[in-house]
Amino acid sequence: MTESQGDARKQVVNASLTLGAAVGVTALSFGLAAVSAGASVWQACTLSFFTFTGASQFSAMSVVGAGGSPAAAFGGAALLAVRNFVYGLVLAGRVAHDDEGRRFSLGRRLVAAHFVIDETTAMTTAQSSPRLARTAFWVTALSLFITWNLGTLVGALAGSVLDTRALGFDAAFPAAFLAMLPAHLRTSRGRAAAVTGAVVCLALTPFVPVGVAILVAVVGILFGVRP
Amino acid sequence: MSMSHTELWWLIIGLSAASYGLKIAGFVFVGGRTMPPVLERCLALIPASLLAALVVKDTFTTAQDVVVDARAVGLLVALIAVWRKAPFIVVVLAAMAATAIVRAIS
Repeated sequence: MTESQGDARKQVVNASLTLGAAVGVTALSFGLAAVSAGASVWQACTLSFFTFTGASQFSAMSVVGAGGSPAAAFGGAALLAVRNFVYGLVLAGRVAHDDEGRRFSLGRRLVAAHFVIDETTAMTTAQSSPRLARTAFWVTALSLFITWNLGTLVGALAGSVLDTRALGFDAAFPAAFLAMLPAHLRTSRGRAAAVTGAVVCLALTPFVPVGVAILVAVVGILFGVRP
Repeated sequence: MSMSHTELWWLIIGLSAASYGLKIAGFVFVGGRTMPPVLERCLALIPASLLAALVVKDTFTTAQDVVVDARAVGLLVALIAVWRKAPFIVVVLAAMAATAIVRAIS
Protein backbone atom coordinates (compact mmCIF):
# COMPACT_ATOMS: atom_id res chain seq x y z
CA MET A 1 0.00 0.00 0.00
CA THR A 2 1.40 3.40 -0.94
CA GLU A 3 1.52 6.27 1.53
CA SER A 4 -1.34 8.18 -0.07
CA GLN A 5 -3.54 5.06 -0.01
CA GLY A 6 -2.66 4.69 3.66
CA ASP A 7 -3.65 8.32 4.28
CA ALA A 8 -6.92 7.90 2.45
CA ARG A 9 -7.63 4.80 4.50
CA LYS A 10 -6.86 6.62 7.75
CA GLN A 11 -9.23 9.44 6.74
CA VAL A 12 -12.01 6.98 6.02
CA VAL A 13 -11.48 5.23 9.36
CA ASN A 14 -11.49 8.56 11.24
CA ALA A 15 -14.66 9.76 9.51
CA SER A 16 -16.39 6.43 10.23
CA LEU A 17 -15.46 6.52 13.92
CA THR A 18 -16.62 10.14 14.25
CA LEU A 19 -19.94 9.20 12.69
CA GLY A 20 -20.18 6.31 15.16
CA ALA A 21 -19.78 8.69 18.10
CA ALA A 22 -22.52 10.99 16.75
CA VAL A 23 -24.86 8.03 16.24
CA GLY A 24 -24.19 6.90 19.81
CA VAL A 25 -25.64 10.20 21.02
CA THR A 26 -28.74 9.68 18.85
CA ALA A 27 -29.04 6.23 20.43
CA LEU A 28 -29.07 7.83 23.89
CA SER A 29 -32.15 9.80 22.89
CA PHE A 30 -33.69 6.66 21.39
CA GLY A 31 -33.22 4.77 24.67
CA LEU A 32 -34.80 7.62 26.65
CA ALA A 33 -37.70 7.96 24.20
CA ALA A 34 -38.38 4.19 24.01
CA VAL A 35 -38.62 3.87 27.79
CA SER A 36 -40.85 6.96 28.00
CA ALA A 37 -43.14 5.31 25.40
CA GLY A 38 -43.55 2.28 27.67
CA ALA A 39 -40.83 -0.17 26.54
CA SER A 40 -38.61 -1.92 29.10
CA VAL A 41 -34.83 -1.51 29.03
CA TRP A 42 -34.55 -5.03 27.57
CA GLN A 43 -37.08 -4.27 24.87
CA ALA A 44 -35.32 -1.05 23.84
CA CYS A 45 -31.98 -2.89 23.66
CA THR A 46 -33.40 -5.87 21.75
CA LEU A 47 -34.95 -3.54 19.21
CA SER A 48 -31.66 -1.70 18.66
CA PHE A 49 -29.66 -4.94 18.36
CA PHE A 50 -31.91 -6.81 15.93
CA THR A 51 -33.78 -4.09 14.04
CA PHE A 52 -30.79 -1.72 13.84
CA THR A 53 -32.35 1.04 11.75
CA GLY A 54 -33.00 4.26 13.65
CA ALA A 55 -35.95 5.96 11.96
CA SER A 56 -38.04 2.75 12.05
CA GLN A 57 -37.25 2.20 15.72
CA PHE A 58 -38.25 5.76 16.65
CA SER A 59 -41.41 5.42 14.53
CA ALA A 60 -42.51 2.14 16.17
CA MET A 61 -41.96 3.49 19.69
CA SER A 62 -43.77 6.71 18.83
CA VAL A 63 -46.94 4.78 17.88
CA VAL A 64 -46.56 2.59 21.00
CA GLY A 65 -46.33 5.69 23.19
CA ALA A 66 -49.46 7.15 21.58
CA GLY A 67 -51.43 3.97 22.38
CA GLY A 68 -51.60 2.58 18.84
CA SER A 69 -52.00 -1.09 17.91
CA PRO A 70 -48.99 -3.36 17.23
CA ALA A 71 -50.07 -3.57 13.57
CA ALA A 72 -50.11 0.21 13.13
CA ALA A 73 -46.73 0.54 14.88
CA PHE A 74 -45.32 -2.21 12.67
CA GLY A 75 -46.71 -0.77 9.41
CA GLY A 76 -45.14 2.69 9.63
CA ALA A 77 -41.83 1.33 10.86
CA ALA A 78 -41.66 -1.32 8.13
CA LEU A 79 -42.41 1.28 5.43
CA LEU A 80 -39.51 3.38 6.69
CA ALA A 81 -37.29 0.28 6.55
CA VAL A 82 -38.01 -0.19 2.81
CA ARG A 83 -35.20 2.22 2.01
CA ASN A 84 -32.73 -0.35 3.40
CA PHE A 85 -33.86 -2.66 0.58
CA VAL A 86 -32.95 0.06 -1.92
CA TYR A 87 -29.60 0.65 -0.18
CA GLY A 88 -28.96 -3.10 -0.41
CA LEU A 89 -29.27 -2.96 -4.20
CA VAL A 90 -26.72 -0.14 -4.32
CA LEU A 91 -24.27 -1.64 -1.84
CA ALA A 92 -24.38 -5.15 -3.36
CA GLY A 93 -22.35 -3.79 -6.29
CA ARG A 94 -19.70 -2.31 -3.98
CA VAL A 95 -19.13 -4.46 -0.92
CA ALA A 96 -20.47 -7.93 -1.77
CA HIS A 97 -17.38 -9.01 -3.78
CA ASP A 98 -13.57 -8.58 -3.77
CA ASP A 99 -11.38 -6.68 -6.27
CA GLU A 100 -11.43 -9.62 -8.70
CA GLY A 101 -15.22 -9.70 -8.70
CA ARG A 102 -15.44 -12.91 -6.63
CA ARG A 103 -18.48 -12.80 -4.39
CA PHE A 104 -17.83 -13.14 -0.66
CA SER A 105 -19.30 -16.19 1.09
CA LEU A 106 -23.04 -16.27 1.73
CA GLY A 107 -22.40 -16.19 5.48
CA ARG A 108 -20.34 -13.04 5.19
CA ARG A 109 -22.98 -11.36 2.99
CA LEU A 110 -25.75 -12.34 5.41
CA VAL A 111 -23.83 -10.68 8.24
CA ALA A 112 -23.02 -7.60 6.14
CA ALA A 113 -26.72 -7.21 5.26
CA HIS A 114 -27.60 -6.39 8.87
CA PHE A 115 -25.50 -3.22 8.56
CA VAL A 116 -27.11 -1.92 5.36
CA ILE A 117 -28.52 1.41 6.65
CA ASP A 118 -28.41 5.18 5.94
CA GLU A 119 -24.97 5.87 7.38
CA THR A 120 -23.09 2.88 5.93
CA THR A 121 -24.60 3.62 2.51
CA ALA A 122 -23.56 7.28 2.65
CA MET A 123 -20.00 6.45 3.76
CA THR A 124 -19.55 3.56 1.29
CA THR A 125 -20.86 5.37 -1.79
CA ALA A 126 -18.64 8.39 -1.04
CA GLN A 127 -15.42 6.37 -1.62
CA SER A 128 -13.37 6.48 -4.81
CA SER A 129 -12.09 2.87 -4.84
CA PRO A 130 -13.72 -0.50 -4.07
CA ARG A 131 -11.11 -1.21 -1.41
CA LEU A 132 -11.83 2.08 0.41
CA ALA A 133 -15.55 1.47 -0.01
CA ARG A 134 -15.25 -1.89 1.78
CA THR A 135 -13.17 -0.31 4.56
CA ALA A 136 -15.73 2.50 4.94
CA PHE A 137 -18.58 -0.01 5.05
CA TRP A 138 -17.10 -2.28 7.71
CA VAL A 139 -15.59 0.40 9.96
CA THR A 140 -18.83 2.43 9.86
CA ALA A 141 -20.91 -0.71 10.42
CA LEU A 142 -19.00 -1.92 13.46
CA SER A 143 -18.50 1.51 15.02
CA LEU A 144 -22.22 2.32 14.62
CA PHE A 145 -23.37 -1.07 15.84
CA ILE A 146 -21.35 -0.69 19.04
CA THR A 147 -22.32 2.93 19.77
CA TRP A 148 -25.98 2.45 18.75
CA ASN A 149 -26.43 -0.45 21.19
CA LEU A 150 -24.40 1.08 24.02
CA GLY A 151 -26.19 4.42 23.61
CA THR A 152 -29.60 2.71 23.68
CA LEU A 153 -28.68 0.84 26.89
CA VAL A 154 -27.43 3.96 28.68
CA GLY A 155 -30.40 6.06 27.49
CA ALA A 156 -32.93 3.40 28.48
CA LEU A 157 -31.35 2.93 31.92
CA ALA A 158 -31.41 6.70 32.48
CA GLY A 159 -35.00 6.91 31.24
CA SER A 160 -36.16 4.15 33.57
CA VAL A 161 -35.09 6.06 36.71
CA LEU A 162 -36.29 9.54 35.68
CA ASP A 163 -39.74 11.16 35.56
CA THR A 164 -39.97 11.04 31.76
CA ARG A 165 -43.10 13.18 31.34
CA ALA A 166 -42.02 16.02 33.63
CA LEU A 167 -38.66 16.13 31.83
CA GLY A 168 -40.34 16.35 28.43
CA PHE A 169 -38.96 13.06 27.03
CA ASP A 170 -42.03 12.64 24.82
CA ALA A 171 -40.91 15.80 23.01
CA ALA A 172 -37.76 13.88 21.98
CA PHE A 173 -39.81 12.08 19.29
CA PRO A 174 -40.96 15.02 17.12
CA ALA A 175 -37.58 16.72 17.60
CA ALA A 176 -35.77 13.57 16.42
CA PHE A 177 -38.01 13.21 13.35
CA LEU A 178 -37.59 16.90 12.57
CA ALA A 179 -33.80 16.58 12.76
CA MET A 180 -33.89 13.64 10.31
CA LEU A 181 -36.10 15.50 7.84
CA PRO A 182 -33.90 18.17 6.11
CA ALA A 183 -31.91 15.58 4.12
CA HIS A 184 -35.19 14.58 2.42
CA LEU A 185 -36.35 18.14 1.61
CA ARG A 186 -33.66 19.06 -0.91
CA THR A 187 -35.94 18.45 -3.91
CA SER A 188 -39.33 20.01 -4.65
CA ARG A 189 -40.77 16.48 -4.80
CA GLY A 190 -39.43 15.81 -1.30
CA ARG A 191 -40.98 19.00 0.04
CA ALA A 192 -44.34 18.24 -1.61
CA ALA A 193 -44.29 14.71 -0.18
CA ALA A 194 -43.49 16.05 3.30
CA VAL A 195 -46.25 18.68 3.30
CA THR A 196 -48.73 16.09 2.02
CA GLY A 197 -47.70 13.58 4.68
CA ALA A 198 -48.10 16.15 7.47
CA VAL A 199 -51.48 17.46 6.25
CA VAL A 200 -52.94 13.98 5.63
CA CYS A 201 -51.80 12.77 9.05
CA LEU A 202 -53.34 15.71 10.91
CA ALA A 203 -56.58 15.64 8.90
CA LEU A 204 -57.15 11.89 9.44
CA THR A 205 -56.15 11.65 13.11
CA PRO A 206 -59.68 12.16 14.58
CA PHE A 207 -61.23 9.59 12.24
CA VAL A 208 -58.88 6.57 12.20
CA PRO A 209 -57.26 4.34 14.87
CA VAL A 210 -54.01 5.63 16.43
CA GLY A 211 -51.03 5.11 14.12
CA VAL A 212 -53.09 4.52 10.98
CA ALA A 213 -52.91 8.19 9.88
CA ILE A 214 -49.13 7.69 9.63
CA LEU A 215 -49.65 4.81 7.20
CA VAL A 216 -52.06 6.76 4.98
CA ALA A 217 -49.66 9.73 4.99
CA VAL A 218 -47.42 7.65 2.75
CA VAL A 219 -49.62 8.74 -0.21
CA GLY A 220 -47.13 11.64 -0.39
CA ILE A 221 -44.82 9.30 -2.34
CA LEU A 222 -47.16 9.61 -5.35
CA PHE A 223 -45.33 12.85 -6.18
CA GLY A 224 -42.67 10.48 -7.51
CA VAL A 225 -44.95 9.09 -10.25
CA ARG A 226 -44.46 12.01 -12.64
CA PRO A 227 -41.01 11.83 -14.29
CA MET B 1 -50.54 2.73 27.33
CA SER B 2 -52.76 0.25 25.52
CA MET B 3 -50.17 -2.22 24.21
CA SER B 4 -49.27 -5.05 26.60
CA HIS B 5 -45.72 -6.12 27.39
CA THR B 6 -46.26 -9.30 25.34
CA GLU B 7 -47.69 -7.43 22.34
CA LEU B 8 -44.68 -5.14 22.47
CA TRP B 9 -42.36 -8.15 22.32
CA TRP B 10 -44.22 -9.45 19.26
CA LEU B 11 -43.88 -6.02 17.64
CA ILE B 12 -40.13 -6.07 18.31
CA ILE B 13 -39.74 -9.59 16.88
CA GLY B 14 -41.87 -8.74 13.82
CA LEU B 15 -40.07 -5.50 13.13
CA SER B 16 -36.64 -7.09 13.51
CA ALA B 17 -37.64 -9.83 11.06
CA ALA B 18 -39.06 -7.31 8.56
CA SER B 19 -36.03 -5.05 8.85
CA TYR B 20 -33.53 -7.88 8.30
CA GLY B 21 -35.74 -9.38 5.58
CA LEU B 22 -35.69 -6.12 3.61
CA LYS B 23 -31.93 -5.77 4.09
CA ILE B 24 -31.10 -9.27 2.81
CA ALA B 25 -33.68 -9.05 0.02
CA GLY B 26 -31.86 -6.02 -1.40
CA PHE B 27 -28.27 -6.86 -0.52
CA VAL B 28 -28.11 -10.65 -0.87
CA PHE B 29 -31.00 -11.82 -3.07
CA VAL B 30 -31.79 -9.11 -5.63
CA GLY B 31 -28.36 -7.36 -5.44
CA GLY B 32 -26.83 -4.99 -8.04
CA ARG B 33 -29.96 -4.85 -10.27
CA THR B 34 -31.84 -1.58 -10.82
CA MET B 35 -35.53 -0.94 -10.29
CA PRO B 36 -38.03 0.77 -12.62
CA PRO B 37 -37.33 4.55 -12.31
CA VAL B 38 -40.91 5.34 -11.24
CA LEU B 39 -40.67 2.88 -8.33
CA GLU B 40 -37.26 4.24 -7.38
CA ARG B 41 -38.60 7.84 -7.32
CA CYS B 42 -41.62 6.88 -5.20
CA LEU B 43 -39.66 4.77 -2.69
CA ALA B 44 -37.17 7.62 -2.26
CA LEU B 45 -40.03 9.83 -1.01
CA ILE B 46 -41.14 7.50 1.83
CA PRO B 47 -38.93 9.14 4.50
CA ALA B 48 -40.06 12.69 3.56
CA SER B 49 -43.76 11.74 3.83
CA LEU B 50 -43.53 9.61 6.94
CA LEU B 51 -41.07 11.72 8.94
CA ALA B 52 -43.18 14.86 8.35
CA ALA B 53 -46.32 12.95 9.37
CA LEU B 54 -44.57 11.67 12.51
CA VAL B 55 -43.47 15.20 13.48
CA VAL B 56 -47.08 16.39 13.26
CA LYS B 57 -48.49 13.33 15.06
CA ASP B 58 -46.04 13.54 17.95
CA THR B 59 -46.53 17.27 18.42
CA PHE B 60 -50.17 17.98 17.73
CA THR B 61 -52.07 14.79 18.58
CA THR B 62 -52.93 12.83 21.74
CA ALA B 63 -54.55 9.53 20.78
CA GLN B 64 -57.28 10.65 18.32
CA ASP B 65 -57.47 14.27 19.47
CA VAL B 66 -55.76 17.17 17.72
CA VAL B 67 -54.24 19.34 20.46
CA VAL B 68 -51.80 22.19 20.94
CA ASP B 69 -49.86 21.86 24.22
CA ALA B 70 -46.36 22.20 25.68
CA ARG B 71 -44.93 20.00 22.90
CA ALA B 72 -45.68 22.74 20.34
CA VAL B 73 -43.21 24.99 22.12
CA GLY B 74 -40.70 22.14 22.08
CA LEU B 75 -41.18 21.75 18.33
CA LEU B 76 -40.73 25.48 17.75
CA VAL B 77 -37.42 25.37 19.63
CA ALA B 78 -36.39 22.24 17.68
CA LEU B 79 -37.25 24.02 14.44
CA ILE B 80 -34.95 26.91 15.34
CA ALA B 81 -32.19 24.46 16.31
CA VAL B 82 -32.52 22.55 13.02
CA TRP B 83 -32.55 25.82 11.07
CA ARG B 84 -29.33 26.86 12.86
CA LYS B 85 -27.88 23.43 11.90
CA ALA B 86 -27.43 22.37 15.52
CA PRO B 87 -26.25 18.77 16.16
CA PHE B 88 -28.97 16.10 16.58
CA ILE B 89 -28.63 15.83 20.35
CA VAL B 90 -28.90 19.63 20.78
CA VAL B 91 -32.15 19.63 18.76
CA VAL B 92 -33.60 16.85 20.93
CA LEU B 93 -32.43 18.22 24.29
CA ALA B 94 -33.59 21.76 23.46
CA ALA B 95 -37.06 20.48 22.55
CA MET B 96 -37.25 18.37 25.73
CA ALA B 97 -36.10 21.25 27.92
CA ALA B 98 -38.57 23.74 26.37
CA THR B 99 -41.44 21.26 26.80
CA ALA B 100 -40.46 20.51 30.40
CA ILE B 101 -40.23 24.22 31.27
CA VAL B 102 -43.67 24.98 29.80
CA ARG B 103 -45.15 22.04 31.76
CA ALA B 104 -43.48 23.19 34.97
CA ILE B 105 -44.83 26.73 34.78
CA SER B 106 -48.33 25.96 33.47
